[in-house]
Amino acid sequence: MLTLLKRDLTLAFRTGSSLILGIAFFLIILVIIPLSLEPSKKILITIAPGIFWVGVLLACLLSLDRIFQLDIEDGTLEVLSISPLPIEGTILAKTFAHWLTTCLPLILLVPIASILYGISKEGAIWIIISLLSGTPALSMIGAFAASLTLGLKRGSLLLSLLVLPLYIPTLIFGTEVIRKSMMDLPVTTPLVFLIAITASSVAILPILTGMAIKINLR
Amino acid sequence: MSFWKYTNPNKFMVISGKLLPIFSILTVLLISIGLIWGFFFTPDDFRMGSTVKIIYLHVPSALIAINTWFVMLIGSLIWLIRRHHVSVLISKSAAPIGLIMTIVALITGAIWGQPMWGTFWAWDPRLTSFLILFFFYLGYIALWQSVDNHDKVADLASLLCLVGSVFAILSRYAVNFWNQGLHQGASLSLDKEENVSNVFWFPLIVSITGFLFLFVTLLLIKTRTEIRLKQLSKVLAANKLG
Repeated sequence: MLTLLKRDLTLAFRTGSSLILGIAFFLIILVIIPLSLEPSKKILITIAPGIFWVGVLLACLLSLDRIFQLDIEDGTLEVLSISPLPIEGTILAKTFAHWLTTCLPLILLVPIASILYGISKEGAIWIIISLLSGTPALSMIGAFAASLTLGLKRGSLLLSLLVLPLYIPTLIFGTEVIRKSMMDLPVTTPLVFLIAITASSVAILPILTGMAIKINLR
Repeated sequence: MSFWKYTNPNKFMVISGKLLPIFSILTVLLISIGLIWGFFFTPDDFRMGSTVKIIYLHVPSALIAINTWFVMLIGSLIWLIRRHHVSVLISKSAAPIGLIMTIVALITGAIWGQPMWGTFWAWDPRLTSFLILFFFYLGYIALWQSVDNHDKVADLASLLCLVGSVFAILSRYAVNFWNQGLHQGASLSLDKEENVSNVFWFPLIVSITGFLFLFVTLLLIKTRTEIRLKQLSKVLAANKLG
């Protein structure tokens, strides 16, 4: 599993471009939305939680089909599915690699990006907490949806139609954590829900993703 | 004698063929009685005026729209566990009906909302979760459309239906949490406390029953078509080989 994780990470870093593209995409979203509104600080602060989450969500969505696509094209996935490592392990490793290369860099960017929106230090910390506890669910759900569209030539449009409704609860609880913290309200409830979504997706979805991949390889 | 013998496609065709005319007649009768009674022979509500009458379309379609997903869920589960072809075909046929009912509920709701709430659309939890349900139906149907291999797509769509059910329910709670509601509570319930008054209640029940039969009729027609399509493709494949 570790070897697989290392391989995926090395692949991502050697090719490089996708990693940088994801970050650039996230930044351009953060820049382009204020340009479409009137530049008042009050508006920016109220919409900031949503924009950060939507930015991460879209950047994540763009990179989803890469989780399995290359490996199914050159047959690696077939080899992996009959290897001694259970398919769930393969999926967990690949999803974790996806999270490390897509979501984590964006989270590391939050302190800088929050300056653009005039968010206080505490606000930035809460955004990071909320993204850290929510984005693994995004990767996991995305991996599941990607495994459904595995065999398709042009599956990316279908993939976004499948994945975005599944992202809705995570998005709502994630932004709710930030909004509540900005209004100095207790954040426990949405945060617990967010972590619960992440934990249960990571526990259950690899099994279902494994089933979907086996169906597709049949 | 077991329940499962009805899952044989041939048996299903015979029985559904016999039931279909009865159900169609019942559908037409009940819906026309319910709607005509509701539209022309009930008084106007003292607060809402005649706009209240859209309830005879709105409530039944919304009920069907939600419960269609449960039909799909059960069909998918039976397919995944026992691999009965009819059950997955029922799920497949139910999805477009659910989609249409969701649209009908949303549109009738909007038409009613304009004079009553002063807006066609509000980001109310019930409205929002219905819109989300609409996208779940859309995704499910799109997945069916996109893969050619029948058994493969049946498995994949059933998996999507399982996961989708969990996330649809989760979305309902999340949306509730996100915004407080404008929509009134249930118009119908078994304990009579919060019911609408009898004058509206009886035609509404007739209309709901009519919509239920409409759903079953459409579902049978669509499933029969799917079974025939499947048999046809088998014949064609056999011809090609021969």
